[in-house]
Amino acid sequence: MAELSATSSGQPGSPGLAAPTPGPRLKRAWGPAFEAILVPLGAILLALVLFGLFCKAQGQDPFKVYASIYKASFGSWFAFQNTLMRTAPLMLTALCTALPARLGMIVIGNEGALVMGGIGAVIAGLAVPAWPPHLALGLMALSGMIWGGLWISLSAGLRQYRGVNETISSLLLNYISIAILNHLVNGPMKDPSSLNKPSSFPIAEEIMLGRITFGDFTMRVHWGLGYGLVACVILWFLMQRTTFGYQARFIGANPKAARLGGLPVNRTTLITCFLAGGCAGVAGMVEVAAVHGRANESLAAGFGYAGILVAFVARFHPLAIVPVSLLLGGILASSGILQRAHKLPDSTSLVFQGLVFLVILFSDSLYGRFKIFKP
Amino acid sequence: MRRLLPRFPHHTAAALALFATAAPSFAETVMGFIYVGPKDDYGYNQAHAEGGAGVGKVPGVKVVEEASVPETNAVQETMLNMVNIDGASVLFPTSFGYFDPHILKVAKEAPEVQFLHCGGLYDEKKHPKNVGSYFGWIYEAQYVNGIVAGHASKSGKLGFIAAKPIPQVLLNINAFALGARKANPKATVKVVFTGDWAMPVKEAEAANSLIDQGIDVLTCHVDSPKVITQTSERRGAYVCGYHANAAALAPKGYLTGAEWDWSSVYSKYAKMIQDGKSLMNGGIPHLIRGGFKEGFIKMSPYGPAVSDAAKADADAAKAAFMAGTLEVFTGELKDNEGNVKVPAGGALKRDDPAIESMSWLVEGVLGSTK
Repeated sequence: MAELSATSSGQPGSPGLAAPTPGPRLKRAWGPAFEAILVPLGAILLALVLFGLFCKAQGQDPFKVYASIYKASFGSWFAFQNTLMRTAPLMLTALCTALPARLGMIVIGNEGALVMGGIGAVIAGLAVPAWPPHLALGLMALSGMIWGGLWISLSAGLRQYRGVNETISSLLLNYISIAILNHLVNGPMKDPSSLNKPSSFPIAEEIMLGRITFGDFTMRVHWGLGYGLVACVILWFLMQRTTFGYQARFIGANPKAARLGGLPVNRTTLITCFLAGGCAGVAGMVEVAAVHGRANESLAAGFGYAGILVAFVARFHPLAIVPVSLLLGGILASSGILQRAHKLPDSTSLVFQGLVFLVILFSDSLYGRFKIFKP
Repeated sequence: MRRLLPRFPHHTAAALALFATAAPSFAETVMGFIYVGPKDDYGYNQAHAEGGAGVGKVPGVKVVEEASVPETNAVQETMLNMVNIDGASVLFPTSFGYFDPHILKVAKEAPEVQFLHCGGLYDEKKHPKNVGSYFGWIYEAQYVNGIVAGHASKSGKLGFIAAKPIPQVLLNINAFALGARKANPKATVKVVFTGDWAMPVKEAEAANSLIDQGIDVLTCHVDSPKVITQTSERRGAYVCGYHANAAALAPKGYLTGAEWDWSSVYSKYAKMIQDGKSLMNGGIPHLIRGGFKEGFIKMSPYGPAVSDAAKADADAAKAAFMAGTLEVFTGELKDNEGNVKVPAGGALKRDDPAIESMSWLVEGVLGSTK
């Protein structure tokens, strides 16, 4: 090891780097961390330049546009709450792709699991209207988690026992879940007064998930944000710091070796996918309990699909999901000001999102190519 | 409000005080328009955006707009931003699904702002004073569409592509079918439900499959008729528009279209507001509805394929609606399962509650609400 680092430190650093070249020990300890931060940062910078060119082509001053984006997403407490509100569901749905990815699976059934979780939460909420709010919310979250979890487990089971590709099956399950939702709100669960927007009966006002408050301090943001943060931390701990997580990552790295080594591959896969779907299910529960109060077509608003994007950009790391969700939340929050203040078309925000995420995904291929980060 | 918006209360209060006290000629009224889809969808959102553009021309009115805002708490944020950053005192969140819970929630927190919602959902027992609702009886225009379609069809088979079997949609299908059977008593209307408001792929498939079955005139009730209009033009079929004028997409086959005239409605609201009327002081009614007569709806100009006989019949029906002498649902009317829904001599007038909760398809419609 000492020899290795001696040889590598003997090589010339990459030219043009302004920061002082770290010493060998520092590099060994921090090189990968620097790489993990500097590569995406560079990518974001490149995306900013590209989007700036787009704005220029639309006849807008890119710097003023960026000033507006910043102002509308992070520039004030009012704006930052807007960002946080959009961040909350993304963290939960992103976990639905991030966890199975550790097993080498690409699951994109987030939207479906969210919808199923929402249905599960409504059923639980309608069953216990008079319970104390905390208990009722707990039951709704549990029900949402179980419904979403079982939904993604379906995909995992099909793969482990019948060899069905999980990407395809989870994608198709999205459509099935939306069809189930439509069936339920048009039939067995329909509130007859919801004529032109078929919906379930509403859950009681008293058991809705409230806004975040500490004493006098109140935010516009609901507690779903807390659910998301807690889920990211717990699942990071599970995947990175426990034997179970080690097993899962080992299976992801080499499923055959894991099987030969006697690891419970099927069980680990099913449990991981259950937890993943459970997270998206809780996102559905939060949408129901904090926003809509009932189940209807508005549940399928695209948070699931946005979550896939977040998971990929976060490189499936549960903790990295937090800042990436915040970034996407900020972009979503700034969509309005681009239209209202700069008269840019409503798809501008999609162009921005697309550029940022494409460049970040492309930058994935750059890891390990810069000698400067090598220990 | 204050608790909610720590950084802005003083500005907001000052701005609102200004609106309340200043002379109408001096204060600019900022109106915020929110659309659920793009402004150029040749459909629901374009119709509202044209209305927003129309009212923007009224002196003393400034319009701010945001398009493609989903029916989640995103729309609540958009409303708050328009109120607190742009100083909007009147909001038009135009999508049906914005009402409950989003408008109701924000309206409670911003009691000095007027929220006008498209959909006719206001209930004075349940909803805040600063919320109003408006909606048009556009089925009158679908009836006129039907007359023109019935004349144009050679096969007597018409097609209707619809999103969901909900009352507003069924009303349009039935009115279209009744209009068509007025022109050609043997005409049938085949209905396909796609299941959702924006399903371009399914809409194209439905259009193709209907045309393959010998249907030669299409119309629809989806958010954006764009794909259906383009498909029928490419296949050489006729098409009647819905929501907005889509003649540009089908220069040959576009017959006419049932359009909203939001520009006229919004300008009337602007006039009332500039005269110092509001929902809160009772000057503006909480629920406004209208058809041809009240300037809520209009027809697209006739396309080249419309015969003189069709024009004469359609113009006569329109004139009767304008005069208030025509109702679409007059007896005897049976549903397509043979049950009498309107007895002979009776009529379902446009303000009848049964219109609001229509759940059946009229005789001559091939399809089911299930």
